[in-house]
Amino acid sequence: MSAIDATFEILRSQGRKAFLPFVTAGDPNLEFTGKVLKELVARGANVCELGIPYSDPIADGPVIQASYTRVLDQKQKLSDILQAAQAWTTELTAPVVSMVSYSIIHRQGLENYVAKAKAAGIAGAIVPDLLVEESGEFSEICRREDFSLIQLVTPTTPPDRALRICETSTGFLYFVSVTGITGVRTELPPEVVDQVGWLKERTELPICIGFGISKPEHVRMLAPVADGLIVGSAIVRKIAQVEEKGEEAVLAEIGTLVDELTSAMTS
Amino acid sequence: MSEPISAVPNSSGRFGEFGGRYVPETLTRALDELADEYAKAKEDPEFQRQLTDLFNTFVGRPSPLYFAERLTEHCGGAEIWLKREDTNHTGAHKINNTLGQALLTLRMGKKRVIAETGAGQHGVATATACARFGLECIVYMGAEDIRRQTPNVFSMKLLGAEVCPVESGSRTLRDAINEAMRDWMSSVETTHYIIGSVVGPHPFPMIVRDFQSVIGKEARQQSLDSFGSLPDRVIACVGGGSNAAGMFYPFVDDTEVELLGVEAGGRGENPGDHASPLTFGEHGILHGSYSYVMQDDNGQTCDVHSISAGLDYPGVGPEHSYWKDTGRVRYTHCQDGEAMAAFDTLTRIEGILPALETSHAIAKAMESARELGPGKRIVVCLSGRGDKDSNEIARLKQEGF
Repeated sequence: MSAIDATFEILRSQGRKAFLPFVTAGDPNLEFTGKVLKELVARGANVCELGIPYSDPIADGPVIQASYTRVLDQKQKLSDILQAAQAWTTELTAPVVSMVSYSIIHRQGLENYVAKAKAAGIAGAIVPDLLVEESGEFSEICRREDFSLIQLVTPTTPPDRALRICETSTGFLYFVSVTGITGVRTELPPEVVDQVGWLKERTELPICIGFGISKPEHVRMLAPVADGLIVGSAIVRKIAQVEEKGEEAVLAEIGTLVDELTSAMTS
Repeated sequence: MSEPISAVPNSSGRFGEFGGRYVPETLTRALDELADEYAKAKEDPEFQRQLTDLFNTFVGRPSPLYFAERLTEHCGGAEIWLKREDTNHTGAHKINNTLGQALLTLRMGKKRVIAETGAGQHGVATATACARFGLECIVYMGAEDIRRQTPNVFSMKLLGAEVCPVESGSRTLRDAINEAMRDWMSSVETTHYIIGSVVGPHPFPMIVRDFQSVIGKEARQQSLDSFGSLPDRVIACVGGGSNAAGMFYPFVDDTEVELLGVEAGGRGENPGDHASPLTFGEHGILHGSYSYVMQDDNGQTCDVHSISAGLDYPGVGPEHSYWKDTGRVRYTHCQDGEAMAAFDTLTRIEGILPALETSHAIAKAMESARELGPGKRIVVCLSGRGDKDSNEIARLKQEGF
């Protein structure tokens, strides 16, 4: 059982939903990422997603893409990120999962990536460009190493395919709420509630919804049907203002945002 | 007896180990739908008739196979024959693919088309096909390429396309593909992405190769008609690799014909100075497929350089990687200066102004003619005309290039 499985088991037994924030590793520097993670967990984050910057992230919208560019401009290496993660994960009480392109995993070598990430205390990977058809070899390594491989289902996924993805995904299932890229949205499509509801009746796997969630009303709409909610761009957008506003002010704003969203989960 | 080298890809889009599909889940349904529709179209005589009719009456096919007599004399060796894709409507091979994919767009009932472009030739060819069929057209183009290829940008706008400048990353072809993919992620239910080269996730590399294969099929028959045999060597430039794939594919099972692909050697052999993944790159994943790619130790795509916007790309089509690793095609590279010199030579000696991309193939054809010597025959894919490059060439010459 990976740390992610354990987290969801505890949350389920308490009848609680998970809050999963996303941050880009090293934005604007690794020291600040460590502070943000600590703040997020202190405010009730249950699993933290750590974005590994990639030069060609086709699933990501302008906010996350810009954060990746900021980090890559500083020549940040994967080894620097993993070294920093090792220090963070020993102190954090919530598991950390990497959000990483298969281009990067492939380059490291599949086994090597899992070994290094595990050594850094990372509990799993979300690989947005690895389809279930292409995931066989990596999935097997992840299973053997008890490293969660979180797969994605989208509104365009046919039902039978969604079930197949549920069978191979571990840790949780990432349900993408919109047909599109990551990023803050004013409104989310109401169909997602039915789609997730349909899947919930057919799988034991926890289902977390992400893409576009930034407001308490989104949370109120989705929380009843999901096991957890993922918030990325809304946080990354605040981190982008560090230079202008200062670290303390940004941490405080992130704290307020998380409080707003998590209190909407229980209300 | 082993399978012929042309018997690729398999049903998962693999050319040997290369190709496949590495994209977000959101695109899977559209890619499956495209693969299904293409399989049906391929077997549909009416589709084939429509496409052939467009090729003949709209594009002006077959394009001539022209004996470059004065260039041959100048080089003093093997005969150089030019497959004149520059005579096509819109001035390059790109139109072969965009018409085919526009017909597929109509079959799928989609009304909006997006495309990426580097040199602008694919953008113009897409805008042309969309104008012809009344489809909405949006073209993503790197801001740096917009600067280098002004005449094509103007043409696209005249044809009714919207040109979206891409300011991210290196502001070239690679970033334009990223942006087009992002658009497609949000618009996939109503939009078809007409990708311009033999790159991207399955089934794109196969579809684009098949539509471009008209080049090689004609060239093969024209060789037999003109000089009674197959050529000794066939040469094409390789960026993403669509003109080369279309030229080579009908020859891959003719093992006596030597095939030579020419990548952009840029300013030199250091990383960042060239765009030659088949020569200097590694196996990796970019833009949805597994192929050779210019990538650093961390898996980040490297910046590349070429004098020609159409070759300025860090990846290459997976079938080229397959041909490289099986040894069926040899790949070499040609530097900016050699390409410029070949541009001048062909223009002055034959009265044909080649695209800067094509000039890379011309340079290696001239070298090959000397190497092979008299009595041998070379066929070069003259993939596009150079009018679009005149401003950029004037600027480079002023800088003392």
